[in-house]
Amino acid sequence: MEILVCVKRVPQVGGKIVVTGDGQDVDTRMSGFAMSPHEECAVEEGVQITERLGGAVSVLTLGPPEAAEQLRDALALGAGRAVLLETDGREWGPIATADAIVAETRRRAEAGQGYDLLLLGNEAADTGDYQVGVRVAHMLGWPCATGIKGIEIADGTVRARREYRGVEEVYEFPLPAVITVKEGINLPRYPSLPGRLRAKRAVIEEYQPQWQPDGLRKEGLRVPETERKQAAVLGTGVDAVPALMAVLDELGVLP
Amino acid sequence: MTVLCLVELDGTGAADASLRALTFARSLTAPDGGAGPAGDGLVAVLFADAGAVAGGTPAAGALAAYGVSDAYVVEPGQLPGYAPLAWARVLAGLTGATGASAVLAAGTDRGAEVMAHLGALTGAPMAANCVSAAPAGAGGWHIVRQRWAGLLLEDAALEASPALMTVATDTVAPAEAGAPAALTVHRHQPDLADGDLAVRATESASQAGGVSLANARVVVGGGRGVGGPEGFAPLEELAGLLGGVVGVSRVVTSEGWRPHKQQVGQTGTKITPELYLACGISGAIQHIAGCASAKHIVAVNADAGAPILGHAEYAVIGDLHEVIPALVAAIKARGAPG
Repeated sequence: MEILVCVKRVPQVGGKIVVTGDGQDVDTRMSGFAMSPHEECAVEEGVQITERLGGAVSVLTLGPPEAAEQLRDALALGAGRAVLLETDGREWGPIATADAIVAETRRRAEAGQGYDLLLLGNEAADTGDYQVGVRVAHMLGWPCATGIKGIEIADGTVRARREYRGVEEVYEFPLPAVITVKEGINLPRYPSLPGRLRAKRAVIEEYQPQWQPDGLRKEGLRVPETERKQAAVLGTGVDAVPALMAVLDELGVLP
Repeated sequence: MTVLCLVELDGTGAADASLRALTFARSLTAPDGGAGPAGDGLVAVLFADAGAVAGGTPAAGALAAYGVSDAYVVEPGQLPGYAPLAWARVLAGLTGATGASAVLAAGTDRGAEVMAHLGALTGAPMAANCVSAAPAGAGGWHIVRQRWAGLLLEDAALEASPALMTVATDTVAPAEAGAPAALTVHRHQPDLADGDLAVRATESASQAGGVSLANARVVVGGGRGVGGPEGFAPLEELAGLLGGVVGVSRVVTSEGWRPHKQQVGQTGTKITPELYLACGISGAIQHIAGCASAKHIVAVNADAGAPILGHAEYAVIGDLHEVIPALVAAIKARGAPG
């Protein structure tokens, strides 16, 4: 079982999100970066599948040279090989991103080590485009399921599960396939010390795909205008309970 | 212009998310922004028994009220169940047949998936979670869409015809047309390609109904301040007394204290309760993305400087391990006779 997990480097925002002065990006001077959350689970899922069925996990990201940090995070979790599709820092749209992932998939197949399964996050935390995995599947002519919260594989067939309006849906299709997963499919492990050391020493394969426009062109980012609240303090500790009861009564939620 | 909109059903009626998408779609058809009757044509596409949208049904009433002039219905005999690629193929065919300038769906799991397939089928861009759109120049659009689950807005130029969009349903409120449309229902026989049904949902046994996080009237939230898996008992008791459920922050699920299905936030569930009582939750922005649509937020937090206080109406400064049991006792005392 050869698995490729595609991850994205996204700003790690905490209590507040701030846009740069030119309105083009999230201001990351005060924040770090992390793997987008669904994709951290995709890495864990890939590792768990290969632990059960054998094989290996490759991890790929498309981003600036600094995105090697997220590849090493994935290597520390158990991925065996890492590929950086290096960009010049420009934002890539979903079509261009899918093209670059497909090129890597074909390159690997031509080398006789084709992937059986591509795992992605359901959507990236920052751009939230909800479509890269589907586009990759179409370009490869592979079946695709999105938003998946459970994967079983037996005899070259995938059983993928997700929830829709409180009802569980099951999808069955053959490999090779593309699956996008959601957080909650598993609980990602903490990296082990040997894992971290291996990740630090690992050689990352690098390619420079060509940027292309996407038909959807960002003009700028802004923080939506919402009325800024500041909570009225009802009191401190248990002394505040009568005031809290009065508020709940007012809202009509008390039994 | 003609605009096509995928309409999902919820039981026998049109899903609330789809009514919001129809409201958005109608604003594109009509020059006055959709307050009046629909323009050239607001066309709905449904996957259902034709009987579900026959005259007099709740679904037909809603479609007409929202300004739909034509509804194309693909029946289960033609296309059994949910198959995302097949649904996209139907939309692609009807786009050509109706000459639609834009194709929309609500930004639900299914809406986003089908529109992604439609984008991939046609090679066209797809703008996810739009909050507004207006024609700009020849065949182009100016759109505003959500990023970071709505924490940021993106202004963008969408250069494609037809324009493919999903609608941010937490931002666009549902509104009926000024005057109902005369609805014509068409039974549609789709042309499917080999393999369009290769990925198709089968439903496993339906899960028990009851109060869920997404539709609860009261959500009692617990965060890092709860301290561990054993700390949730008073929160559960309080939620039970208020007829609500417990929701948690991401740190709680990533620590394994509670199952992920209880997570409120960008990577969990978006909630819309009357009251969100956030206990021991600092208020990371990804959590706010999940609870900002609560009507009222009350925070219980030991830290008077926690970011959650910037989003809450009321706050109690204190240890939730003292405040919540005292609140539970007060509610029980109030309910007790005498």
